Amino acid sequence: MIGPRIDLSEPGGIAVALLPELILTGWCLVLMLAVAWRHRDEEDQRFVGHLALIALVTTLVAVVWFWIRDVGPVGLEVMVALDGFRYASATIFLLGGILAVMLSLGYLGRERMVVPEYYLLLLLATVGMMFMGGGADLIVIFLGLELMSVSVYVLAGINRRSVFAAEAALKYFLLGAFASAFFLYGIALIYGSTGSTNLTFIYVQVTSLGLESNLMLSVGVGMLLVGFGFKVAAVPFHMWTPDVYDGAPTPVTAFMAAAVKAAGFVALIRVLLQGLAPADAVWTEAVWWLAAITMVVGNLIALAQRHLKRMLAYSSIGHAGYLLTAVASGTELGAAALLYYVFAYTLMTVGAFAILAASGRGGEREVLIDDFSGLAQRRPWLAFAMTVFMLSLLGFPGTAGFIGKWYILSAAVDADQAVLAVVLVGASIVSAGYYLPVIMAMYMKPPISEAAHETTRVGGAARWVVGATAALLLLFGVWPNRALDVARDGSRQLTPDVMVTVSR
Amino acid sequence: MLLGPSLGVSAILFSLGVAGVLLRRNAIVIFMCIELMLNAVNLSFVALAQQLGREGQVIVFFVMAVAAAEAAVGLAIMIAIYRHKSSVNVKEINLLRG
Repeated sequence: MIGPRIDLSEPGGIAVALLPELILTGWCLVLMLAVAWRHRDEEDQRFVGHLALIALVTTLVAVVWFWIRDVGPVGLEVMVALDGFRYASATIFLLGGILAVMLSLGYLGRERMVVPEYYLLLLLATVGMMFMGGGADLIVIFLGLELMSVSVYVLAGINRRSVFAAEAALKYFLLGAFASAFFLYGIALIYGSTGSTNLTFIYVQVTSLGLESNLMLSVGVGMLLVGFGFKVAAVPFHMWTPDVYDGAPTPVTAFMAAAVKAAGFVALIRVLLQGLAPADAVWTEAVWWLAAITMVVGNLIALAQRHLKRMLAYSSIGHAGYLLTAVASGTELGAAALLYYVFAYTLMTVGAFAILAASGRGGEREVLIDDFSGLAQRRPWLAFAMTVFMLSLLGFPGTAGFIGKWYILSAAVDADQAVLAVVLVGASIVSAGYYLPVIMAMYMKPPISEAAHETTRVGGAARWVVGATAALLLLFGVWPNRALDVARDGSRQLTPDVMVTVSR
Repeated sequence: MLLGPSLGVSAILFSLGVAGVLLRRNAIVIFMCIELMLNAVNLSFVALAQQLGREGQVIVFFVMAVAAAEAAVGLAIMIAIYRHKSSVNVKEINLLRG
């Protein structure tokens, strides 16, 4: 069955194609008015938070509707893509946004932060991500990236009383802007060598003009990779990550570790597969090395961490390495593996940070792994959920994390990158060295004191976040077929199917 | 017209910006160097647009708008940190580490 086709060459068609983004942008304006109207106390803030939740859910409905009807383009995708990859990635970003909002509803009140514009920034960042996942033109992707980044710079420093948050925001801002400049220079050089910023057009030009080893294009791709490397926190561009994740408010950290990283990867693989697939000799090796170094360094440094928040920050670097492995395969199977893993990773990261937020009132930065000692005696369900998250991050069979890793491994082996697959397995074994101690502390050690875990409580919407993410991780761990099919459908036809007559 | 020299100047300006970001310690000066990098890229786009069509010139306006938004947010963040530490020297901004 072929769904409705939209002609992107006329303004009406573009407006329809952008419907999900337009809906969310409209809601952003509504939220802006609501914040200007009511911004005095916690009550107002909750009101804005609920509006944000409604906004994200309505947008999600629109995206899923596009997805089910399989809306596609007539001819060339000019500025925005209309494919399963866009709908699948937008669904993941919106899911991340919904989880982050639900986590924040209780958190902001508990920390006595009255900042209703928080939710507005979260929505704007989500709009930016949707443009990153859906852009068929490098400039659209750049604008989406900037919309997301600028919003998240502010979110990182939203707690104005905290000097740590201010420091995190400054570091994130300086390195993020630095990376954006590299990204942009990469776009300029690719534009200079191919004469276009449209991804499909770049593909055609590279193939028909034989630009595979063109110097300008190669330097441009390298610059683009540096820019993406910073955004997705790949070693050696990861220096900002632990500090920023550490200093930012925990729900924002969850949002950054899950959705922001996902957006970077989705845009990266779209640019590489849809635009630069013919020049894969230029980028495959670079991405290969980035993946290998990121996996090894991220997991090794995580071993040395005693604070849970920093440990999760380094573990997120390690996961960036796993995702880069999927990118390095350079195939549509790799893209499907990336989509599935990003989905699972969003669930497990948000869940783990939700429990961290619950256990550290006012000072999540200070929570040690040993502080979880005896949690299973006092709060068995919470300990069980944390176990699910840790095992899933580790890639233990029976959880979605395992299926995701297995899928990435098969993509890597399929692309003749067995060495990278071996590195991935080795890194996963190392990662047991810091995920398992959390579980051991919860189940095998006695509580530190009588009063331990008295205040550890997930209330209200955060309880739903923890419950839903843990349940979904187990569900997709034992019954992954449907989600795998969806991911495979989503990334089909990512590389343009165009006939190119080569004239040299 | 003068495509090669324009791209050369742009590359030099970009490198100067990178060097400034890596070597200077004052956050505001670092930010100025980032702006220099963005404007070097703008020069590339304008130079290339002579041969490749107007698209490049349109992109420059987008970049300017993005740079303005970044400046607004970045300077606000610097004021926030100055209120805490009375300094914007990145050497002294080192609470988070490990």
